[in-house]
Amino acid sequence: MARRVVVDTGPMARVEGEGSLSIVETDTGRPEVKLNIFEPPRFFEALLNGRRAEEVPDIVSRICGICPVAYQISSLNALEGLFGVEVDEQVRRLRRILYYGEWIESHALHIFMLAAPDFMRVPDAIAMAKRDPALVREALTLKRMGNRLMSVIGGREIHPVSLKIGGIYRAPSKEALASLLPELDRLRSSVQKMVAFVSSLEGPSLERDSTLVCLYDAAHYAIDRGEIVSNQGLRLPPHDFEENFEEYQVDYSNALHSRTKGGGSYMVGPLARFSLNYNQLNPAARALAKGVGLKPPLKDPFKSIVVRALEIVHALEETAREVKEYEKPVRPSAPYKARAGTCYGVSEAPRGILYHSYTINGRGHVERAKIVPPTAQNQARMEDDVRLLVPRIMSSEATEARRLSEMAIRNYDPCISCATHFLRLDLRKA
Amino acid sequence: MSKPRLGVFKFSSCDGCQLSILDAEEELLELLDRVELADFLEASSASVGSPYDIALVEGSVSTEEEVERIVRIRKESKMLVALGACATSGGLQALRNWSRLGLFESAVYPEQKVARALEKALPLSDFVAVDFELRGCPISKAQLLQFFAATLRGAKPRFSSSAVCFECKRAGNPCLVVAGGTPCLGPVTASGCGALCPSRGRGCYGCFGPSDDANLDSYASWLSAHKVDRSTIGLLLKGANSQAPEFRRWIEKNG
Repeated sequence: MARRVVVDTGPMARVEGEGSLSIVETDTGRPEVKLNIFEPPRFFEALLNGRRAEEVPDIVSRICGICPVAYQISSLNALEGLFGVEVDEQVRRLRRILYYGEWIESHALHIFMLAAPDFMRVPDAIAMAKRDPALVREALTLKRMGNRLMSVIGGREIHPVSLKIGGIYRAPSKEALASLLPELDRLRSSVQKMVAFVSSLEGPSLERDSTLVCLYDAAHYAIDRGEIVSNQGLRLPPHDFEENFEEYQVDYSNALHSRTKGGGSYMVGPLARFSLNYNQLNPAARALAKGVGLKPPLKDPFKSIVVRALEIVHALEETAREVKEYEKPVRPSAPYKARAGTCYGVSEAPRGILYHSYTINGRGHVERAKIVPPTAQNQARMEDDVRLLVPRIMSSEATEARRLSEMAIRNYDPCISCATHFLRLDLRKA
Repeated sequence: MSKPRLGVFKFSSCDGCQLSILDAEEELLELLDRVELADFLEASSASVGSPYDIALVEGSVSTEEEVERIVRIRKESKMLVALGACATSGGLQALRNWSRLGLFESAVYPEQKVARALEKALPLSDFVAVDFELRGCPISKAQLLQFFAATLRGAKPRFSSSAVCFECKRAGNPCLVVAGGTPCLGPVTASGCGALCPSRGRGCYGCFGPSDDANLDSYASWLSAHKVDRSTIGLLLKGANSQAPEFRRWIEKNG
């Protein structure tokens, strides 16, 4: 069979973790598109076996240095649900602010350090800084705000140490949080420039239909919890996730792919959230969306970068509001008693739905863990996007073909470190 | 004088330690101005390649490919720095080393064997000479910057590896073990975090690995006297640094 390699990126830069993309033209007429994830698996689901429930949030946090809060929150949602713990409303607020911090940090990293260089045809943010130092400095200030929120509440930005089943080890004082307000306010008044910048970036476009899946929370633009909804009319509690979505293995990736049961690829993340929960976005973010001509449903994955900027606006606004409403909780954590059973937890990581399920035995130890990260769910959709772009990619010269292909992947801000650690491992004691 | 050539590399890990470099928002542009970025895949698609004056390596070695890669990077680097618990002692994924690993059988990968995983996830120093270690899960951003500040002016960076207890005392915290029988690894864990957990009323869980003078036997009997059972101590030690020799030996001896 005649085969011609159209694109082979080798280890891809400006993504988290190790992966490559290949497009091979074959004489079947159907090009082969493979997102090859060669990041070594770390078998976290197996490592959790036998660990105490209380250790789970700190262990799963280590799956991802970019979105540790998402891992902690999804696991807490599952375990607190099973143990019947009522978490204090002010603690929930702290967890949301912590999570907004992670969105701000992760989205700012993506926009300015990982994705924008493609649009500007430079290798990195350092080159961007040479052209426009003020822009990159302001971006770093924004990113730093995300990290400061995580430090004030979590103790540190990577693998925060403050969350526990039932609440938080120690809640920050009202003053400690309020001390961030002047800088928050300054950023809130300057983000318009960031939105203008990202929407001015000239890039390709791809109008396509896809199944969009995200969480819905009646109280907020979903972040820390919710039901699972889709643009196909799906509406499910978290425990029905596995009945509606399934994972499958492909021979070229260390990460399992996902599809809707009986269907195909789907998309989680900012585009899905924007399309389905638009009405709950903070009014400041909606006004800016309108200003740059974006409205739901949004079909073009190359607009994800703009949606991430709008979500930063949303996160800054909501953080400022929540910080003002915060009162130090009287009871930072509620007592609980571990009980046996299977539990399910979801939350909206920066890249989309992060699903956890645990079976806990009568001794309060983990017997089974299952984790489905957003990047694994998006893999099949990423490949579908590249397939749709193949005619354009094939008619481009090599550098441009590669740029276009990599951009189609970076639209999803893939976190490969997350995606990889879930090959099932049959733990057989020798 | 030409700028030192910096390479940043990822092995089996969560990405968090190299993210710490990008998290040094206030210092990043100055820092990157003082080095030549030869390779940093996460941050740049420009690759200048070897040789490297300073190679920062995150992650443990857990596949055949990674063995070849670390040997190659060692050959191409003047100074090789292990970045974080995975690189210095195997990290959390090295917990699989405790599971008597005859378990990578065909049943593991039902369809096709993609990952050629080694029997164990191991620290860099099991394969190559390491010139300097930055400990922690994740590393301390402050230590990272101190490392650069010293190295870039030709000095040797030095960090204290005394126990977290010293930082905890300086922070004015009451002892969690003495006051409430809370299990805490502070007495045997290296400082670097600023007693982050005890300052929040939770026991240390050992992110920075064993302290210089860690005496695990004495520590364990002291904890037992405060009614912490040995299985709890074992689980605490089976964290991000379970393969660090002092921790590993205690686990091996006490199950």
